This record gives sequence, C-alpha cells and structure tokens, in this order.
Amino acid sequence: MNLSRRTITLGGLASAAASTVPLRAGRAQAQPTIKIGCLTDLSGPYRDLAGPGAIAATKMAVQEFAAKGFNVEVVSADHLNKPDVGATIAREWFDRDGVDLIVEVANSGVALAVAGVAKEKNKIFICSGSATSDLTGKSCNASTIHWVYDTYMLAKSTGGAMVKAGGDTWFFLTADYAFGKALQRDTTDFINAAGGKVLGSVAYPFPGTSDFSSYLLQAQSSGAKVLGIANAGADTINTIKQAKEFGIKMRLAGLLLFISDVHSLGLDVAQGIALTDSFYWDMNAKARGFSDKFIAKMPGDRPTMAHAGVYSSSLHYLKTVTEMGAAQAKLDGAATVARMKAMPTEDDCFGKGSIRIDGRCIHPSYLWEVKSPAESKGPWDYYKPLGSTPADEAFRPLDQGGCPLVKA
Amino acid sequence: MFGFSRAQSIAFVVMLVLIVVSPYVLYPVFLMRVLCAALFACAFNLMIGYVGLLSFGHAAFFGMGSYVAAWTMKVWHVDASIAVIFGALTGAVLGLVLGYLAIRRSGIYFAMITLALAQMVYFFCLEAPFTGGEDGIQQVPRGHLFGFIDLSNDMTMYWVVAAIFLGGFLLVHRIIHSPFGQVLKGIRENEPRATSLGYRTDDYKLIAFVLSCMIAGAAGGTKALVFGIATLTDVHYSTSGEVVLTTLLGGLGTVFGPAMGALVVTSMENYLAQFGAWVTVTQGVIFMICVLAFRRGIIGEIGAFLKISL
Repeated sequence: MNLSRRTITLGGLASAAASTVPLRAGRAQAQPTIKIGCLTDLSGPYRDLAGPGAIAATKMAVQEFAAKGFNVEVVSADHLNKPDVGATIAREWFDRDGVDLIVEVANSGVALAVAGVAKEKNKIFICSGSATSDLTGKSCNASTIHWVYDTYMLAKSTGGAMVKAGGDTWFFLTADYAFGKALQRDTTDFINAAGGKVLGSVAYPFPGTSDFSSYLLQAQSSGAKVLGIANAGADTINTIKQAKEFGIKMRLAGLLLFISDVHSLGLDVAQGIALTDSFYWDMNAKARGFSDKFIAKMPGDRPTMAHAGVYSSSLHYLKTVTEMGAAQAKLDGAATVARMKAMPTEDDCFGKGSIRIDGRCIHPSYLWEVKSPAESKGPWDYYKPLGSTPADEAFRPLDQGGCPLVKA
Repeated sequence: MFGFSRAQSIAFVVMLVLIVVSPYVLYPVFLMRVLCAALFACAFNLMIGYVGLLSFGHAAFFGMGSYVAAWTMKVWHVDASIAVIFGALTGAVLGLVLGYLAIRRSGIYFAMITLALAQMVYFFCLEAPFTGGEDGIQQVPRGHLFGFIDLSNDMTMYWVVAAIFLGGFLLVHRIIHSPFGQVLKGIRENEPRATSLGYRTDDYKLIAFVLSCMIAGAAGGTKALVFGIATLTDVHYSTSGEVVLTTLLGGLGTVFGPAMGALVVTSMENYLAQFGAWVTVTQGVIFMICVLAFRRGIIGEIGAFLKISL
C-alpha cells in the first residue's frame, strides 16, 4: 500500500511532466517562445499591492506588445513570502520550464534570493514590489533590475520634499529592527540636509506591538509638525488608525505606504497622510489610459506602483527582445540586461527613463497627500501632489551603493 | 539491518529506490527541499513520537543551524561538510541550554516553554547583526565538499543531501531501537514507573531532546547549503507549526511517517504555488481531514490496515 501510493504519486507527476515537455519543445522549434514568470504574493500581506494585479499587468504588457517573430507565455506562482519557496520556484522555472524573465516579487528576502538564482542561471529578474535598496547596492548583479522604488528613494522623497512643503520638524515612530531603523536613519539625513529638524523618536518592539497609543501621545507632546511612521504593512495601518482615534494633530508621513493601503483604510481615516509613490493612476492622461485598461481586467482595482512597474518592465523587456532577437535573448540573460540598460525606457506609466549600470531604473518620484473625503470626486480619487524629486536626484548616487558592477 | 522489522526493511528498500530514481523524474532542487523537510520532521518525531513531548519550538534549532551554516560558509569559507556539522552542533548546544530549562515540564507547559524560548531565538535573529535581519543571509556559495567535490551541480548536491538524510534517518532509527530508545518509550508510556525502576527520566529526556535538536540543526544547515540562503522563515513559529503538521500527516511515532508527511506537505507548497491562496486553504483542509478521519497519519493508517508497524 505504502509503496504503491507513493509510486502512483510519483508516476502521475512524472507523466504530467513528460506530457508537457515535448509540447513546448515542439513549439519552440517553429518559433522561439519567451516565457515571463510572475512570482508574487497571492496569499499574504502583499496580495493587494502586487498579487493577482501583477499577473494581470504582465499579461496586459504581453497582449499590448503583440510580439512579432516569437511567442510570449506568462506563468505565475505564489512565493508564500518564504525565500526558500521562492528560490525553488525560480530555479525550477529557469531550469525546467524555460522561463527567461521573472517579474514582481514583493518581499525583500524573497527578492534577494531570486536575484541570486537569476545570476547563477544567467537569466533575468526585474523587481517591482520590494523595497530593499541592497538589490542595486551590495547585492547587485548583472542579471537584476530594480524598477519602481527603494528605501533610499522613499526616504529622500518623503524626508526632503516634505521639509520643502513646510513639514520641517519631525518625530519618528519606528519599528525596532533593521528595516525600521534604516528608514529612520536615511530619512533623518534628508530632513537635516533640507534644513528640517528631528525633535525625537520612539522605537517600539517588533513584531507583536499592536497598541501604539502611548507612543502616539509621546509623539504629540514633542510638538513636532510631522510624525514619520517608519514601519510597514499591518503596523502602518494600525498606527494610522490609532492616530485617527486619538485625534493626533500632527501630519502623518507614511514611509512605506501604497495606494492599496489607503484604499483599505478609507479616506476618512487616511486623509492628510503624506506618502511617496513613483506612480499614481490619475497623474496624467497616459497613466489614466493604462489604469482604465487595468480596471477592465481587475474590476474595482486601480493599479499600484508595483502593478505599473510590472507592466512597464515587461514591456521594456519585450522591446529589447525584439531588437536583439528572441533566440539570442533566451541564451544570455546578462547580455539582454546589458541591452536593456543601453536602451532608454519609455511607457505610459513612468514616462521616459533609463536603467543605470547597477540595475536601478530611474524616474522621478512624487510626494502625495491623501485627499479628504470632501475633496475626493469618486472611487480611488485619493491623491493630490505635494512635491516631486527629479529622476537624477531621486535615487541613491551610483558611487554610494557599493555595487561591484559600478567599479568594473 | 539496524533493527528493522521485515516490513520496515521492505519499506526502507522502497524508499532507497525512490530516492535514487526520483531525481531523474522530478526536479532535484524540489526533492532536496523534501529531504531537508523530511530530516527535520524525523528529528521532531523523535521527541513527539518516542518521548511523547510536543516541542513547539523546533524551528529555533532548525533556523539557528541554517544561520550558522550559512554564516560560516559565507564569512569563514569553510567546507560544506564543516558547515553542516557547525549547524548540527549549534542545534545541539542550543538544545542543551533550552532543553535544560524546558524538560522539567510536560504536556502543554512543555509546548508553551519551548514556544516561548523559540520566540526569544526569533527575536535574537531579527536583531542580531550577523543574520541580516529580515533580508537574511543571502547568496551563500555552495562551495565544495571535502575540498574537491563541486556542489554547484544540482545532481551532485542531491546525492550529498540524500546521504545526509539517510544518515540522519538511520541515526533516528538506531536511537529509537536501542536500549536507550526503549527507556524513552517506557518514559512516554508511564513516567512515574520509569522513575520507580531507577531511571533518571529528566536526563533521558534531555539527551533525547539534544539529539533531536542536533538533527534539526543538521537539517537546517543542509537547507542553507542547498538554497544558499538562511532567513527568518526558518526560525519563525510557523515553521514549528509546519513540522507538527508534517509529522501528524505522515504518522506520529512511525519510522517512515515524517518522510511521507514531508513529501506531501512540500509537494503541496510547490505544485499548488500557481493557484495562489489555495496552498494555505488546502493545507488547512487536509490537516482537518487528517485529524478527523485518519488520526494515525498516512503511514500510521497503512500500518494499521496491514497490521504491521512501519
């Protein structure tokens, strides 16, 4: 019994694998097939900012591009926010399924693991959803591009542009671990550089803190104009909700907040928060055009900047593949990435931009303020502009990241 | 052979054949993940199945083993074999310290103490500089085994992992079929009687705990070696929960149960990945069905049906 059941399982999987492989090989002979894998979080905290929308955005890019001379297939999977699961799927995609490019990957730990796999297998990874600036810093490699945002950009935009917009005294509420402390440190630097002042900060134990009331009152009594919220995900949501409940009069600055978070908080609670996004669906006519196509695929959802990044990066990749030939692009991931860096980027979401030698895609970043319910004209009409940082200043200067590719 | 019964010998041979044949059919990296999970579950089974103590903090030993193995390889550039040994030793030393505190209680108190201690280890890993916080230790080179076997090839790596798994599996089997193991089972069945017979039960339990932690550490080290990463996932309490699920599903207190459970659980994670949220839902449903309908687990039920002990 034991034996037969195991053999049956294995046999079943084996025949399933065997039946799919020759089919693909047969197609490849006629016309090369480029495969894009969307590895994302479908069941955890990043589902709303990436998740199913990211898969839809990848498919949109493929459909719109209408590739000539090669076929494009899209596959997708859930990394469960576990780096080992993500790395296994990435390896299997590259080794067995002929995937050439992995997009998205919200979750820094998983993203760094996938970047390592892409380098080892000489394939490509374009990250949209995760924040770590290490991807283009000390962990950068010739197969990886970081598209949308990173912690440096968030700190610079929210810290620097906020001071210019009048928020010159700050108090930080910080999650007491590497990520929170790094956000606070970086943002503090930009606040000081812009002529602002940090009046104080409080670190709370992470994870496991759900009551922020005493920290919020401490922040209020400091007399600072801006409360910098240096945490992420559910903690940010809790902080904002409780700040509303306690009637905190400071302006809240979320250092890592997506439009999907604002959507779930509701304008009544979220109004007045300042946050940084490099893309807002209603920022110009072209972005609106993209967003209208997106909402047709994902009813009720406007795209986040991660969704826009997945779309825009897939499109740029397909353009490069057309230029260099699909067969060539399949062979050598690093060479394809080099071509992508040589070619300026342009699309509906991020406008004109370029990719630096360290894999950082650069474009302007924008500081937004969440509208009050009275100002908002309809669903998802959430942001009004507060300030912006031009593309060449928005990201960490090349020589400060410690990326080995820069020296070479 | 190693105190296997006839049925177990046959099952063992079948497992060997599967280990040898499957990398030619299935993806070797996936199988390596199964083997690491299986070894971890075997270590856990030693505690729950044969000492009757439910440790809810085994991820601490697994995770610390993985961190230390990854760190020694990345920073000290030690040989792969040394790294796995470091992982195992880390598990054992940590197990000795935490076990010394936890072993004095049993039942729910033991589970809660191990959970609390494991959470302390989790916070340590979150804050300690060498673990890289929430990014983990990344891009660890696989390097060489004994200085000359190149592990960057997946198949070579697979055979090494298979050997480590079999070593750990046989070690667990040997432990539970030794006189020492008989005493453990005696303690599980009736601790006051074992005490009255003159056994210092706390010492026996502590030794079993340390052995279990050592094997868990080795499994963690092996996993770090395979994937070149060590992250917070490995020390998180959900990993502790997953190993409970794995062992229960395969069959508590059976020799082959943990391996079977690991195969099923890891396959679900891997092959359901494209269906998104359904992974966790399916895991939950299967766990409920298992607890409601076949409490002895897959292997346990098969054994009961055939009236043999597997």
